[in-house]
Amino acid sequence: MKYVDEFREPEKAEAIRREIAKLCHQLEKPIKIMEVCGGHTHSIFKYGIEEILPQTIELIHGPGCPVCVMPKGRLDDAIAISQNHNVIFATFGDAMRVPGSKTTLLQARAQGADIRMVYSPLDSLQIAKDNRDKQVVFFALGFETTAPSTAFTILQAAAEGIHNFSMFSNHVLVIPALKALLDNPDLQLDGFVGPGHVSMVIGTDPYQFISQQYNKPIVVSGFEPLDILQSIWMLLQQLVENRCEVENQYNRIVEKSGNTVALQAINKVFTVRDSFDWRGLGDIPYSGLKIKPEYAQFDAELKFTIPNLKVADHKACKCGEILKGVLKPWECKVFGTACTPETPIGTCMVSSEGACAAYYKYGRLSTIAKRTIPKVTITQEPLPACGFFSD
Amino acid sequence: MCLGIPGQIIEITNVNHKLALVSIGGVKREVNIACIVDEQHPPEACIGDWVLVHVGFAMNRINEQEAAETLQLFQELAAAQAGISTYTNSV
Repeated sequence: MKYVDEFREPEKAEAIRREIAKLCHQLEKPIKIMEVCGGHTHSIFKYGIEEILPQTIELIHGPGCPVCVMPKGRLDDAIAISQNHNVIFATFGDAMRVPGSKTTLLQARAQGADIRMVYSPLDSLQIAKDNRDKQVVFFALGFETTAPSTAFTILQAAAEGIHNFSMFSNHVLVIPALKALLDNPDLQLDGFVGPGHVSMVIGTDPYQFISQQYNKPIVVSGFEPLDILQSIWMLLQQLVENRCEVENQYNRIVEKSGNTVALQAINKVFTVRDSFDWRGLGDIPYSGLKIKPEYAQFDAELKFTIPNLKVADHKACKCGEILKGVLKPWECKVFGTACTPETPIGTCMVSSEGACAAYYKYGRLSTIAKRTIPKVTITQEPLPACGFFSD
Repeated sequence: MCLGIPGQIIEITNVNHKLALVSIGGVKREVNIACIVDEQHPPEACIGDWVLVHVGFAMNRINEQEAAETLQLFQELAAAQAGISTYTNSV
């Protein structure tokens, strides 16, 4: 596939890997890099990127997975809406198995709720057109990448006068979460691999505070293996040269000012919440989006009675610490035993973008767990042959 | 969740609703192009554009020149290292 296959060529990856190794040799110290986005986490494990990096680089898997940061209470609210007898509840498939305090959307569907998986919010609008006698509610979740699509869907519903349609908004914002992470004294980082598709919408300017106020470099990255390797290479170059800048590796998609049309749609439909509860990070001020009063008729939180309770996570689950990069998945007592992708206790095991699910699925546990960072070692062994980056 | 897939716009199917047919790896799907049209880029001018598709929306155009430059950098790096390896092995 064009714009995909070219960015997965093993010999090019080996060339970048060698450059990374040279820079690690120059730095002569362990480096901690956080990839913020769950899409990056998934790619890193899928393509074995962590395996081929020098042992002095530690990748910390950040909170950029909307499913992973969804608190139980919001899931309970979504399930409560879906259980209204006149409601068709539409959701992305990602959210179906996320555990609430008692059940999941998948279990609620098995118990009789009309819950349907959709590919696009526009599909849920079509369901509303086809079922005028029902209230159709779309479970809107995701970062700034997804928010424009839900905003445009609400605008279209308003334009067409579709009154049996609403959204349960759980959109969250990346910048406040990054700020919360940077303010956390437990987390020691040398730099960030920045989220590519969020930046496609918001641009690269909003990250300036990371370099200017916190003295950390950030490189906005694409999602293919060569993209991620190049971004790590660029970050290391900054560290070697003692620079702290916002750089854009993903310039084939991301522009400095983002997508103004998409941002206008978000600003037209949504307003920022005073605070929003994140799993693992707690309440973060101004980090969520709610529907503006002008579009109140499309706000499911106003249309339906919801419990709106905060629910504590399972005591054994360490998703919170894992999302902050304080713990590794295998340091959680229930990882791989009571908590698996089939029977997840925590959200990091639900989504394919969650760190726990990635470790579990791609079987890196034994090799990663053995890794220590005692000294700089530069190896020049070739990448494994056998179509390393092919699906 | 923030998954995006490259595709090429091959047909405008509804100008009013800003819908277009996009070929994604040979699979054709109707997507919304509201995020990539403005006065400079009316829908009819979008045919042939490569875009990034996310949840049924074309979120941005792919800058073909930037992509080519990135790939050229990888190519030069790999070629330079191959040259070094060849030289090292011949000495």
